[in-house]
Amino acid sequence: MIAIEITVLIKQVPLTGEVEVDPETGNLVREGVASQTNPYDLHALEAALQIRERLGGTVTALSMGPPQAEATLREAYSMGADRGILLSDRAFAGADTLATAYTLSRALERIPFDLVLAGMQTTDGDTAQVGPGVAEFFGMPHASYVAEILDVAPGGVRVLVDAGDREAEMLLSTPALLTLTRRANGPRLPSFKLRLATADREVQTWTLADLEGDAGGDIAGQRYFGLDGSPTWVDRIFPPPANPERETWRGDAGELARRLVEALEGWRYL
Amino acid sequence: MSGMRIDFELCDGCGLCVDACPFEGVVLEGEYPRFTAACRLCSICIDACPRGALSLETAEEIPADDLDRYRGVMVVAELSGGGMDPVTAELIGEGRRLADDLGEDLSVAVMGWGVEDAALECSRYGPDRVFLIEDPALEFFRPEPYTDALEGLAGEILPSVLLMAGTPVGRSLAPRLAVRLRTGLTADCTSLEVDGDGNLLQTRPAFGGDIMATILTSRHRPQMATVRPRVMPPAPRGEAQAEPERREFRPASTYRSRVLEVRATPSAATVADADVVVAAGRGVRRAEDLEMLRRLANALGGVVGCSRPLVEAGWLPSTMQVGLSGRTVRPRLYIACGVSGAIQHVAGMRGADRIIAINRDENAPIFDVAHYALVGDIYEIIPEVLDLLEERGEAGGI
Ligand SMILES: Cc1cc2nc3c(=O)[nH]c(=O)nc-3n(C[C@H](O)[C@H](O)[C@H](O)COP(=O)(O)OP(=O)(O)OC[C@H]3O[C@@H](n4cnc5c(N)ncnc54)[C@H](O)[C@@H]3O)c2cc1C
Ligand SMILES: Nc1ncnc2c1ncn2[C@@H]1O[C@H](COP(=O)(O)O)[C@@H](O)[C@H]1O
Repeated sequence: MIAIEITVLIKQVPLTGEVEVDPETGNLVREGVASQTNPYDLHALEAALQIRERLGGTVTALSMGPPQAEATLREAYSMGADRGILLSDRAFAGADTLATAYTLSRALERIPFDLVLAGMQTTDGDTAQVGPGVAEFFGMPHASYVAEILDVAPGGVRVLVDAGDREAEMLLSTPALLTLTRRANGPRLPSFKLRLATADREVQTWTLADLEGDAGGDIAGQRYFGLDGSPTWVDRIFPPPANPERETWRGDAGELARRLVEALEGWRYL
Repeated sequence: MSGMRIDFELCDGCGLCVDACPFEGVVLEGEYPRFTAACRLCSICIDACPRGALSLETAEEIPADDLDRYRGVMVVAELSGGGMDPVTAELIGEGRRLADDLGEDLSVAVMGWGVEDAALECSRYGPDRVFLIEDPALEFFRPEPYTDALEGLAGEILPSVLLMAGTPVGRSLAPRLAVRLRTGLTADCTSLEVDGDGNLLQTRPAFGGDIMATILTSRHRPQMATVRPRVMPPAPRGEAQAEPERREFRPASTYRSRVLEVRATPSAATVADADVVVAAGRGVRRAEDLEMLRRLANALGGVVGCSRPLVEAGWLPSTMQVGLSGRTVRPRLYIACGVSGAIQHVAGMRGADRIIAINRDENAPIFDVAHYALVGDIYEIIPEVLDLLEERGEAGGI
């Protein structure tokens, strides 16, 4: 077998719909902060596991986040990942997509790989920016919106890219980064057996000190991690505006249905 | 390092900061709060503290880009099939307004191979300048050569604002370019404005919840943003004004990616094309129950669209998802059935001419954007509507 080394970028995200703004105070209201693994990233992990099953190699799951994001790497273990690395340090807090991509790419320099697989986007940030950003920082080719990995060989990977109304077949030389759509596969469920088997396996935590090493970075005098490395910042948050011109109809279903049909008729839809 | 600071003289350990934090970024440890690695430095707790004990300390001033050298708005044209894609007219429309507010120029960058006609078409939408970069290396979209070409142009023109489409191409290219230029990029903005200092106020839904955030890139230029198709109104088409100006681009001798083949995706109708959309939300309990909405849609000459959970459940294809991560629709009539009105959904349908919402919960946020709010159960109302239509012969035979 030809071993292919794969690193998967996975992120722990809040379960959606949990955060709201109080319209009176403008403050965020939280109702518990249950979290999950970004569903898109499970497709990336699944693709990596399938390649390993065919060709051999190791699958490393890499995540940047708070200490509790270890749960996401444990989930990766119970799906079959070999190694989990969590980048966690207060210095990484407040990172926008540029600083996140930078931090992940610095970690990648310490992990040998042929392929990096990422989700197409997260469900919290939803930017689809981190994958391509990592590729650019690292200096490798990438393809976003990969719907199918057609072929993997030492030195290159052939993929089908879903560009909306067009699809393209592309060849990338490795090392390369791909972001995967949900068309790519159906992620396996975590296995109880694997969870038990990996219960003692360590999730490595890397802090700023682990990444800085030879750093200094490539723009003199500027820090790249966390808030300091983030060109964008949130100026204000607010609830979405409401529409004041609204008619509210109440009543029993029959009456509401009759009014609706009359209105549709009046507007000439019927 | 930047970080949250606690003034222990002022702090009385009341814990309101802990309650206010949506991320478990601050915990009470003994009597006093402590910030954890989960803190995102979002500053929400600062406002929540009644005693003013919290502050965000930023590190030594980050040297800003020489902001004054950057002027004007640049739009990166999106092409499809070698011609101008409609989203380009929308970006130009938005760019025009921002450029006028800034009192600066609007330019459009067109890249490709054999795309001079597309450049001419762009100039009909009123930019002050159109730049044309043609090279065989740009025949098909590949992130690396496109990044190289744009980096060169952005380096020459030094735009203050750079707008790109939130399409598969734009979302692949923009982040690469932002890293190359070491600047900020805000995805999928739903509103853009400039302030008196030339800062771009970039508003988008945030935190994955029902919240809007206004984001600034005040120390870096260009200020990069993407906008999804059909979110902004297009610029009107008129006479071509600006003559396309060609720019040289020297591609690298090799690129590490190659496009082998491009073909049209087996075309499926999308919800964006419909004049009437009956939208199904999670109020629909089973896939079979979509049938009643289909009958209503048929009677109205429309289609059934949906919220994201229904696509995730596999009940409808993603081409029928309405919303920020689905399609933006502007139908004449939109009937939301059992849709709560999450901001990501609303972002994709608030432009509909007439919005009717049926929801059991009278506080559902969908009613905030609806013109007609029907408080009731879709399982009771829709069958009644179908009965009435059948009586009139409208839904007959369906
Ligand atoms: C980054 C990101 C992007 C997203 N993009 C999109 C997107 O593009 N499109 C999208 O739609 N969502 C999107 N979402 C998801 C979005 O946040 C919501 O979770 C989703 O829109 C909720 O769908 P829903 O309204 O169908 O379900 P719910 O929120 O569960 O609402 C169901 C509603 O139905 C009502 N109801 C229940 N039963 C009945 C009944 N019998 N009769 C009448 N009313 C009933 C309930 O009162 C409730 O209001 C996105 C989320 C994130 C984080
Ligand atoms: N903090 C993170 N740690 C690991 N991977 C991440 C992180 N943020 C984003 N990613 C990866 O980048 C993809 C796109 O994220 P986003 O740009 O936030 O939409 C995700 O699907 C992940 O694969």
